[in-house]
Amino acid sequence: MTTTAKYETTIGLEVHVQLSTQSKIFCGCSTKFGATANTQTCPVCMGLPGALPVFNRKVLSYAIKVGLAVNCSIAGMMKFDRKNYFYPDLPKGFQISQYDLPLAANGELVILTGGVQKKIRITRVHLEEDAGKLIHVEGEDSSLVDFNRCGTPLLEIVSEPDIDSPQEAYDYLTELKAILKYLGVSDCNMEEGSLRCDANISLRPKGQRELGVRTELKNMNTFKGVKNALEYEIERQEEILEDGGRIVQETRLWNDAAGKSSSMRSKEEAFDYRYFPEPDLVPFTVDKKLVGSVRETIPELPRKRYERFLSDYKLPVLAASTIVQDKDTADYFEECATLYKKPHIIANWITGDILSEFNKRFSSERNATIMDLGIKPEDLVEMLRLIDKGEISGKIAKAILPEMIETKQSPDEIVKAKGMFQIKDKDELAKILDGVISSNAKPVEDYKNGKEAALAFLVGQVMKATKGKASPKIVNEMLKERMGRP
Amino acid sequence: MPNDLYKLTAYEIRELIKKRDVSPEEAASSFSDRIGRIDDKVNAFISYDKENIKEELKRIKGKEAGALYGVPVAVKDNICVEGRLTTCGSKILEGFKPPYNATVIENLRREGAIVIGRANMDEFAFGSSCETSCYGPTRNPWDLERIPGGSSGGAAASVAAGEAAISLGSDTGGSIRQPAALCGVVGMKPTYGRVSRYGLIAFASSLDQIGPFARDMRDCALLLNVISSYDPKDSTSVDRKVPDYTNALVNDIKGVRIGIPKEYFIEGIDAQVKDSVSSAIKLLEKLGAKVDEVSLPHTDHAVSTYYIIGPAEASSNLARFDGVQYGLRAKGPLLDMYKDTRAAGFGDEAKRRIILGTYVLSSGYYDAYYLKALKVRTKMREDFEKAFESFDCIVTPTSPTPAFKIGERVDDPLSMYLSDIFTIPANLTGIPGVSIPCGFAETDLPIGLQILARPFNEEMLIRVGYTFQENSAFHKKRPRL
Repeated sequence: MTTTAKYETTIGLEVHVQLSTQSKIFCGCSTKFGATANTQTCPVCMGLPGALPVFNRKVLSYAIKVGLAVNCSIAGMMKFDRKNYFYPDLPKGFQISQYDLPLAANGELVILTGGVQKKIRITRVHLEEDAGKLIHVEGEDSSLVDFNRCGTPLLEIVSEPDIDSPQEAYDYLTELKAILKYLGVSDCNMEEGSLRCDANISLRPKGQRELGVRTELKNMNTFKGVKNALEYEIERQEEILEDGGRIVQETRLWNDAAGKSSSMRSKEEAFDYRYFPEPDLVPFTVDKKLVGSVRETIPELPRKRYERFLSDYKLPVLAASTIVQDKDTADYFEECATLYKKPHIIANWITGDILSEFNKRFSSERNATIMDLGIKPEDLVEMLRLIDKGEISGKIAKAILPEMIETKQSPDEIVKAKGMFQIKDKDELAKILDGVISSNAKPVEDYKNGKEAALAFLVGQVMKATKGKASPKIVNEMLKERMGRP
Repeated sequence: MPNDLYKLTAYEIRELIKKRDVSPEEAASSFSDRIGRIDDKVNAFISYDKENIKEELKRIKGKEAGALYGVPVAVKDNICVEGRLTTCGSKILEGFKPPYNATVIENLRREGAIVIGRANMDEFAFGSSCETSCYGPTRNPWDLERIPGGSSGGAAASVAAGEAAISLGSDTGGSIRQPAALCGVVGMKPTYGRVSRYGLIAFASSLDQIGPFARDMRDCALLLNVISSYDPKDSTSVDRKVPDYTNALVNDIKGVRIGIPKEYFIEGIDAQVKDSVSSAIKLLEKLGAKVDEVSLPHTDHAVSTYYIIGPAEASSNLARFDGVQYGLRAKGPLLDMYKDTRAAGFGDEAKRRIILGTYVLSSGYYDAYYLKALKVRTKMREDFEKAFESFDCIVTPTSPTPAFKIGERVDDPLSMYLSDIFTIPANLTGIPGVSIPCGFAETDLPIGLQILARPFNEEMLIRVGYTFQENSAFHKKRPRL
């Protein structure tokens, strides 16, 4: 808890998520990221005079899905409003958004924070269109506008001020992102801007009922950035309060590189958005049948899956929460678990070597999944069985894994090709053991005199001589037998 | 040697071309010569050039079967035509050439019509006199010292003066019907949603509707046939079968129930207008209609409601004219660029409406103005629904006065706003309305009769209008020019 001795922190988050529909919310242009500037535009998303918006119904299904996933009630009526303000990336001079009748409201999200579950209430989820992007050219006194992003469907998810600390904010974002990924409705890539987060934060003396004056933080580009910005803000507000000062209601801009925020505009300078119903889009009834059919497409969500992993697979808390974080990883785990009945071993491999290989190879690639490693569940299971049968050691398995990724061969093929099987032939092993015993007279003597550590050394020597192909367990037993202390 | 095809109706021209008595080139040159001869005086057009007409003539090759094949049409300058200047009568759209066609333009071209020129208008359709255009006022062909009405003044005047056979205007509070009345032509505002607004540069999205100007009811029906369509690109357009409106050209109104709203015969209405309209109603009664008084109790609030909703939507619709993408752009850092562009680009009336609209939408005022206006709008809709339970149509004067002098009301916005008092309710309620010539004031100024009907009952307007026309001769009289 970052909450200081004297003050309680209250945080609410506004998350903007780009929905990954193929076309934009009010026209047929592509939403693909990274295209040449102004190539994915038309009169509608450029806001040209006379052009009119037409609502993309696919967006509605996506939005309803999210609304239901965060336990909101879905509005019976779909209505858009205009939010009026001037900015060069907003070609119509207004953003089509939802004001008094959000698509979804009154929900809640259960997060896992500090090892316990906590409910964060969701105020509302509403649809709007994204704006374009300004490009500032070094050394020029003007900026350029790229309208490609204009009209990308955006979902705003607003939480109640139920979050008590920066860590909780981080955990909330992690949970929300996991849910959105499970639903398959967004890339949730903060660097590319497909997930953005603004935070409202206030401090109040412990025991005080009414909330303190809040500030709004913008421009955080990572979850870590959100956490850092909130931590900075707590310190800043506390200092002011301690000095007997007053918090000014304002919007502050986070500078990640500098590790601090600065005032962007005060409440007095806040915009009057002059919301009014969008006359170019006719309100329509949200079909109950549609809501029902969307509900059926919602998969088991991470929090539920976590519970099930604990109870069904008896996984440790940490492994379960790591695995459920990502739907593909969890799916992969479950596929393996149907083939191999020691789930905790699978979990160890996944959270250990497999995820570390994944991070090594795919850390910079968006939308890569664990399946992209190319280790089929049956191959992983085959490898685990080879260990069980004593055909290979765990150490060899660790060496085989990268081979499997590189060559796409099965573990059996790799073991055969490289002669990595464990030496199970006792005669062959006996020869090697005898060699080790005869050339290590001192440790043998030590062991016989009761020095247990000497045994481990000798086992190591055997492993070295066999290039790891011996079973340490068998070597251990045979050594003891030979040195007369069974 | 100028031919006088320009004196004919669209239907007559179409028939001559069909019989191959006349070529589209001949028809086009008759009108373009006429424009060349008189438009210096009338100023019905903002842009018009012979090169464009040549292109249009090439474009219609192969469209011989089209309903308007070879018919020259004037198009109000707020309807987008691909690659052609589209100005809305405003400096702020300087040099703007839309990269796409309005749906009505696609419809016109599909039927072989020729866009002969771009008609003058009040800036962004803000006005009732066609005086706020940055390209100078259009003059009434009946009296060049007078206004043609507005905002579609150029479209009305061009048809009245024989510079176009038919034309397209837009009507937000009477902008087709009022200039039609003042110029002595037929002008119809179809039901909201009947004609696609895609490509119409919006004034007030919930009120705007494109509609036809014509010299008689037949041409009006012909043009309505062509421009009416369900358009998936306009969410407010209605997916409803388009009937053949020429089937409603029936000279028979026996038994048609006509309501005369008592609230419309107000004080301040010109005596000659009152007389002409009364005579027209008598004629309709004589032709077999059942005429009775009807009440539309919320009529009093129409103008104030309109001047809240219209400017509110306009203030938002016009926000896009910010100098960033197209049109006029002032130099300087962002905020100065915005301010200077809009200060230089918009005329006084546009600024007045933007300020008015911004004010009524501001937080703290929204409920008192905009929300209340929406409620009144609902009340007015109920008034009409009730009236149409007992009546097939409602007949009123179109404008309280005939055309006034240029400059007479420029400095008196309120009296200017009141010239739309009878036409505004149809926009607020979405119902269709038409203005037809029904008489002349002493000084030879046309007077219009407005007919209103239920939503999507344009056929009733056509039937009543056609019957009146077939039993009178007001529509045949042309200005001396």
